[in-house]
Amino acid sequence: MDITALLLSRIQFAFTITFHIIFPSFTIGLAAWLTVLEALSFATGRPVYRGIFEFWLKIFGVAFGMGVVSGIVMAFQFGTNWSVLSKMSGPIQGPLLMYETFWAFMLEASFFGVLIFGRSRVPPWFYLFSTTMVALGTTFSAFFIMVNNSWMQVPTGYVLENGVFAPNDWTKILFNSVVWSRFPHMLLAAYLTGAFCVAATGAWYVLRKIYHAEARIMLRMGLGLAAVLMPIQLFFGHLNGIYVNTYQPSKMAAIEGRWNDEQPGSEVLFAWPDVKNRRNLFAITLPSPFGSLIDSDSLTAKETGLNSIPQEDWPPVVIPFFAFRLMVGCGLLMMGLAWLGSYLSYRHRLAYNRPLLWATFLSFPLPFIAVITGWFTAEVGRQPWVVYGVLRTADAMTPFLTARQATISLVIFCAVYAFIFLFGTFYIYRLIRTGPARRQFEVPHLAVPNRPMSLADEELIEEPSHLVAGE
Amino acid sequence: MVMFWVSLLAISILLYVLLDGVDLGVGLLFGLARGDARRGAMLSSVAPIWDGNETWLVVTAVILWGAFPLVYANLLSAFYLPLIVMLLGLILRGVAFEFRYKTQRLRWIWDLSFVGGSLIATFIQGLTVGALVEGLPFTNGQYSGGEVGWLTPFAVLCGIGLCLGYALLGACWLIRKCEGEVRDVARRQIPVLAVGVLAFLVVVFAYALAENLPILHRWIDRPYLFVFPAIGAIAATVLALSILNHNDYLPFHMVALVFMSAFGTLALSFWPYMIPSVITVDQAAAPQSSLVFMFWGCGVIVFPLMLIYTLVSYSVFRGKVRASGGYGH
Repeated sequence: MDITALLLSRIQFAFTITFHIIFPSFTIGLAAWLTVLEALSFATGRPVYRGIFEFWLKIFGVAFGMGVVSGIVMAFQFGTNWSVLSKMSGPIQGPLLMYETFWAFMLEASFFGVLIFGRSRVPPWFYLFSTTMVALGTTFSAFFIMVNNSWMQVPTGYVLENGVFAPNDWTKILFNSVVWSRFPHMLLAAYLTGAFCVAATGAWYVLRKIYHAEARIMLRMGLGLAAVLMPIQLFFGHLNGIYVNTYQPSKMAAIEGRWNDEQPGSEVLFAWPDVKNRRNLFAITLPSPFGSLIDSDSLTAKETGLNSIPQEDWPPVVIPFFAFRLMVGCGLLMMGLAWLGSYLSYRHRLAYNRPLLWATFLSFPLPFIAVITGWFTAEVGRQPWVVYGVLRTADAMTPFLTARQATISLVIFCAVYAFIFLFGTFYIYRLIRTGPARRQFEVPHLAVPNRPMSLADEELIEEPSHLVAGE
Repeated sequence: MVMFWVSLLAISILLYVLLDGVDLGVGLLFGLARGDARRGAMLSSVAPIWDGNETWLVVTAVILWGAFPLVYANLLSAFYLPLIVMLLGLILRGVAFEFRYKTQRLRWIWDLSFVGGSLIATFIQGLTVGALVEGLPFTNGQYSGGEVGWLTPFAVLCGIGLCLGYALLGACWLIRKCEGEVRDVARRQIPVLAVGVLAFLVVVFAYALAENLPILHRWIDRPYLFVFPAIGAIAATVLALSILNHNDYLPFHMVALVFMSAFGTLALSFWPYMIPSVITVDQAAAPQSSLVFMFWGCGVIVFPLMLIYTLVSYSVFRGKVRASGGYGH
């Protein structure tokens, strides 16, 4: 066992998966938003919806392509770095990943082709149907990934047989309460990400005084959707807290910065956890029973503290503690913005309120930060287990992996990702800055369903004059 | 049920080798081509298909993990560095496809990524197969070769051999899909590449004899295996004749047939092992409950649909690439 290789493998997994989640959380939301736009266009026949649809379809293409590319790596990393895990949990995680791959391939690849080629070739209702199918495909992907991860959080429906986790109840694996509080939480997070990116784009156009009609629709729909979804998201976030409290007491104690058992529990709002001395510094605390109320929906429940858990079973307390607060902070900020913005928009005053427009424009990183810190809370909080309570991360690593191998792979991952994704993000930025073109949409020559990024080809050929014109 | 998943695995690997072999091979030849028009035409011939082709690599990986977790875990961890380098090579060349047309000034970077990525990915795929044929060092069912246990002269030789093979496949594809200069150049390249592949096969066979590789014993046990090299030899002869006759369509099918017979040879001489002399198919198979779950949800309906989808997308893009060349602009 090589401790450095373990640490490097964990950093590598964290790095690649963090990079990856940025794109799906954006595209899942965007696919749903495209479906709504197409439905509106279908119902009202207003060309402005069509224009916005085609604009966001191109951005979807680039972001989707990057999500696919960064996702392929994940399918291999379980085997390269975590061979003991993949050997043991392969009978459960493998089939789930296969469902994800096969179904996503079918729905996304085939119907995305219709989105590109089909506008003039299929009836409008079928075009709308195809948009829905693409959105459904991304949702299926998210579902199977969430089932997969939920099984690692709360393993169920299996027996340990010859050293492997053999599934004996797939219904339990697919349809347990943990999955059904975590999957909606992720799905809503993706919708909120899409909503805020759309609203921020709209705000940007209004500030630059371009694309007035499109910008107002983007602002109104983005903020309105977020205003409705944020409270629901908080509710599902709360359900997630309940499952964590029930099944993962060590994660809950770390999130809450709770050192001693309390009955009923108090609630630490802010603090600096001093792990060495097992106490919180600079703590701002709500008195009991707020902790029990929040964690257990009860005024009297006993809440477990870290001191009654052996220290070798603790997660690195500081990371889930702060990641969780960052996530909630971003969520509350987003809710405030969405409510205020929607109110002003309802009173027809949003377009003149420059501070709020600026705030909306600059808010687009918030949902991404919330998604990433949320995952940090879930994944780092699960440590030191890779499959909670059953298999430790340290025992799951490829036993013969050396620190040198792990260093080399981490370095080249960082280099290639930085190279590729800087370019990719830059192209998305340029697409958004250019905005929805008010002309007949043409399919680029040889654009194909299997190459989602090709949709944007035509817009992106570098022309120095065009760059200046965009400013 | 195990046989069902073995067959799906075999189909996926074969499809991957044949389909992605084409665009990897074109990527290798791309490095030799000069001039934007020629390069554009070469890219156009594979642009509509490359991404779908790589899907089969992912399909192979998930079938391995779901149906044969033991092999997935052992192989991927044993080939740690080559595999990660190969993946990043594939990513680089994939993205190069997209970004190349989005810039003028930096196009050379993406062209370099495209050729470099293709070369790395091809070489490593050959290396992997070579190392497997020769036999990886295993102790008590666990890989024990260290960081570079796969790095042997024979494996390197196979890496080079696959580069020649994919380039040959790519050249035949170009003859079929292109016209004018691109086709003529490809036609001149084929004899060189074909002779190279032939020389490689002779060396491999001699090496296997000299080293007395365990895989050779299968051939003595199962003489019917010689059917495959025989098919390969016939296909090679037809290939030579069709090149002499300036036929545009036959060469590709013949090279594909050569690849298929090579694949059949390898697969049947591995049988019943998945990792030769270490792990058999039955040992590697996931529990019945996993195989059945995948059978109903993925194997029996979705997999055939994926095959049909692949066929349809190829038939949409059949015929010659337009002479104007280039795509996306």
